[in-house]
Amino acid sequence: MGDAMRAETIRFEGHDGDELEGYLAQPLDGGPRGGVVVIHHMPGYDEATKEITRRFAAHGYLALCPNLYSREGFEVSPDDAAAAARAKGGIPDDQLVGDVAGAAVHLRSLPGSNGRVGTIGYCSGGRQSFLAACSLPLQAAVDCYGAFVVGSPPEGLAMRVGPLVHLAPQLACPLLGLFGAEDQYPSPGQTAELERALAAAGKEYEFHTCEGAGHGFFATDRPSYRPEAATEGWARIFDFYARHLAG
Amino acid sequence: MCTYQTQTVPVRGSGKGPQGWFPVTDATVYLDHPVHAPADHTLNLDFLNPGRGPSARVAVELDPAAARALAEAILSTLDSAPAGLVRGT
Repeated sequence: MGDAMRAETIRFEGHDGDELEGYLAQPLDGGPRGGVVVIHHMPGYDEATKEITRRFAAHGYLALCPNLYSREGFEVSPDDAAAAARAKGGIPDDQLVGDVAGAAVHLRSLPGSNGRVGTIGYCSGGRQSFLAACSLPLQAAVDCYGAFVVGSPPEGLAMRVGPLVHLAPQLACPLLGLFGAEDQYPSPGQTAELERALAAAGKEYEFHTCEGAGHGFFATDRPSYRPEAATEGWARIFDFYARHLAG
Repeated sequence: MCTYQTQTVPVRGSGKGPQGWFPVTDATVYLDHPVHAPADHTLNLDFLNPGRGPSARVAVELDPAAARALAEAILSTLDSAPAGLVRGT
C-alpha cells in the first residue's frame, strides 16, 4: 500500500437534504476500503479532529468528518460556529443522526468504498457515535468517553440531550468503548451500566477502561493527554476497525 | 467533558471584533474545553450579536480562578463607583 492521501473540504447532503461541509481524507491507491465518520466534539470542527480524520486515511480508511455546525454558515470560522450552535442549545439528536447518515452515504458512494462504514466520536461525539450506531445501518462504532449515554445532564441546563442507554437493544453493529478510570463523565459506574444493558440485549461490544487516565486522554493538545492510554487506545481502534471495516 | 452548560445573558453595550466595533446584545457564559487556551476546561465568555451572524463575537477563555477574580473585580468596581454614575444595577 502506498502512503499518498488526499485531504480536502467537501460538500455533501445531510439531514433533511441540507448541504453540509465536511473534511474528507482518503488514500489515493486502490481499494476497496472501509469508511469512518469522525464525529467532532462540542467545541467544533477543529484542527485536532481534522488531524484525527487524516490519521484514519493514513491507516487505509476513507474518512469523513462532517461539520455539524455547517448550518451556521460555510464562511463562519469553526469556533464562532460552535459558539453560535451552543448558544442555540446544541445539535438535536435527530439532526445528528441525519447528518451522520448523509456522511455514511457519501463514503459508500466513493469509488474505493467497500460499503462498510463505522463511526468514532470523542466526548460529546462519543455519545453521538453510540446514538448513530443505534439508529443507522453501520458496521462498527467507537465511543471514546462519551458522557450522558447513561445519566442525564444536571438539572437546569438548556442542552437537548438525554440518556441513550434505553437504545441498547437497537445497536446495529459492534461497539468499542474506550474510557478513563478517573473520568466522572462518564464515570466507571455509568460505563458498567451501559455494559450491562448491552450484555442483556445480546450485543457485541468490548469496553476498555484505562487506569491513570481521565476524560480526554486522546487530546494531545490538552493537559488531560495520557500517552500510554492514547497509544493503547489507538491500537485497539485500528484492531477493531480491521476486524469490522477493512477488506 | 463537554459540559453542555451555557448561561445566556441579554446585555447592552459594544464589543470590538475582527471587523471593528459592533453593538453586543447577548453574552454567553460556559465552562468547557477551550479552543485556544492550554487547559482542559476554561470559563468561556462570548459577547455576541446574533442578528449580525455568528462572526459578530468577542470571545475569551479564562482560567477558572482568573474568571472568578474578574467577576469579583467587576462587582467591586460597580459597587465602589461614585454615586450617580451607575444606574439600574
